[in-house]
Amino acid sequence: MWDYSEKVKELFKNPRNVGEIENPDAIGEVGSIICGDALRLTLRIDKKTDTIIDAKFQTFGCASAIASSSALTEMIKGLTIEQASKVTNKDIADYLGGLPEEKMHCSVMGMEALEAAIANYRGAPFKREMVGEEQIVCKCFSVTDKKIIRAIKENNLKTVEEVTNYTKAGGGCGKCKPEIEKLLKEFWEKEATKPTEKILKKKLTNLERISLVKETIEREIRPKLKADGGDLELVDIDRNKVYVKFLGTCLGCPRTGFTLKALVESKLREFVEEDIVVEEVKEWKK
Amino acid sequence: MEKVVYVDNNATTAVAPEVFEAMKPFLTERYGNPSSMHVFGGSIYKEIEKARESVADILGANETSEIIFTSCGTESDNTAIIGTLRSYPDKKHIITTKVEHPAVFNLCKYLEATGYRVTYLNVDGEGMIDLNELQGVIDNDTAIISIMYANNETGVIFPIEEIAEIARLRGAVLHTDAVQAVGKIPFRLTQLPLDFLSLSGHKLHGPKGVGAIYVRKGTKFTPFLIGGHQENSRRGGTENVASIIGLGLACQLAKKAMEKEMTAVRKLRDKLENAILEKIPHTRVNGNKEKRLPNTSNIGFEFVEGESILLKLDEKGIAASSGSACTSGSLTPSHVLRAMGIPFTFVQGSIRFSLSRYNSEKDIDYIVKCMPAMIEKLREISPYGKKGGLSV
Repeated sequence: MWDYSEKVKELFKNPRNVGEIENPDAIGEVGSIICGDALRLTLRIDKKTDTIIDAKFQTFGCASAIASSSALTEMIKGLTIEQASKVTNKDIADYLGGLPEEKMHCSVMGMEALEAAIANYRGAPFKREMVGEEQIVCKCFSVTDKKIIRAIKENNLKTVEEVTNYTKAGGGCGKCKPEIEKLLKEFWEKEATKPTEKILKKKLTNLERISLVKETIEREIRPKLKADGGDLELVDIDRNKVYVKFLGTCLGCPRTGFTLKALVESKLREFVEEDIVVEEVKEWKK
Repeated sequence: MEKVVYVDNNATTAVAPEVFEAMKPFLTERYGNPSSMHVFGGSIYKEIEKARESVADILGANETSEIIFTSCGTESDNTAIIGTLRSYPDKKHIITTKVEHPAVFNLCKYLEATGYRVTYLNVDGEGMIDLNELQGVIDNDTAIISIMYANNETGVIFPIEEIAEIARLRGAVLHTDAVQAVGKIPFRLTQLPLDFLSLSGHKLHGPKGVGAIYVRKGTKFTPFLIGGHQENSRRGGTENVASIIGLGLACQLAKKAMEKEMTAVRKLRDKLENAILEKIPHTRVNGNKEKRLPNTSNIGFEFVEGESILLKLDEKGIAASSGSACTSGSLTPSHVLRAMGIPFTFVQGSIRFSLSRYNSEKDIDYIVKCMPAMIEKLREISPYGKKGGLSV
């Protein structure tokens, strides 16, 4: 059950401006039925003043998609094209009294339809087309790197999950998640080098890393495994890679793969360094 | 809460009033521990054994000792699969289907990531598996076959007798997740040679938080929850007494009502389904219509989205569920409907109605009265399926 605001519920129940304007001055279309939501926006624009006189929408989607579309049409009526072009997905979400995080992509869809319509008014085709250097990152939902980076920037997104909530990228087969991770990393590294940003976290030396890993294993990890009759041994450390071997009841337990990530790796990431990768050594010969 | 027309019984069911009454003493004055030496606690052990008999009875099991109580269907599934993998440490292959409940499906995905080989059997457009495909994938490395008895989303019933025969001839261990089948369709395990069967209390008008697993006598068993000597040392943990008593009675009641389930409930389901298909254009039934649970109907509404339909139904006090992306908790629609290759214009607008013996003709008439207008309204908003709108 989604925790929708009263405004979302109201606009879902009684959406304003449903339909399509005959011979519109601008059309914006985004999404598709395969992706789970689609929006067709039509505008009547006073060409002398570049002012939006009327806006109508048709939406395929969930309650928040319908409410976001309705909100958008209400918000832009009376605005000049210049003013409307400044409307962001955040404005739509705010107008609705907020959206559940997982549904933020509905507000992004509204913003994109508006942008497509404005571009269409200025002479572009009404279905937004990719420009040369853009790349599709998420094949399931046809999300480009440009859209992802923009969402990261405008909404201060830090995790892949957040990117999925705002753009749907990574929400299908999930194969593009490493690529999203890379885009996030690149974006925030670039941001960090900007003069106004705060100082980067100091990199650990090899010696510091080794002793911290050892300490964390002894303090945080082995006691938990021992409680279940299991144990673990540190085999080697190679930069951010930590190699361990399971012992005791952990041996042959089908859950070790889970333990490796959920306990060992997450504790080391928490207490040593964020980019640590733990791997299990099955046959370790001295 | 206002009165709700509840047609979401594959999600959970109302606790039968008799079941609640039978549970009460064990949540109040009879709170003893069945393992205790004193009569106050020890006498409760006998009540648990009576419940075990009722569960064995509805399944047509040979012996009551073949029933182990668990905390839910998911635990039963995990016990069968993980326990068998532990019993056969050299075997690394699991066979299941593409349409299992997450309790089996996600467990298999997890086991796959930890080094097991998993074969997910395909289903056709009606949600049925191909027994030849099953025959072809069993090998000496196969530790367990886990195939659901009936699908929770479409109600499609798998040919478990034939699957059991194949497994028996090939010497493979067979588990079936029968959470949706028990209490809805009759079967006798004496005539069905499978090794493990999972069931859940809250799907058959029993309480939540209790389930059971059937383990055929002679089947290798390794406990999943390790602890005390409860359940004959096969499942540690103090018994959930009240819920076990509730499950026992729920099984008795379900057995008595089976006839009604197969006739009266089916009649209501068919009435609902036929009326919707007749009154609302661009609709279809997802799944095989014949080999199907008598209470389930999964209907696709073209050009509209499931969550929107559910919220419109909710406004009218009707509780159903959907396999659309927005309601699946992820961004992709139900893995079951996708595996079946349901046309994508229908998948996002699929609604599951699942009835119970507590539904009435009035409920069905009410749903049939409400639905055409709400679908029409959503189609008005939708850009699809109309002249000049978006093409799919």
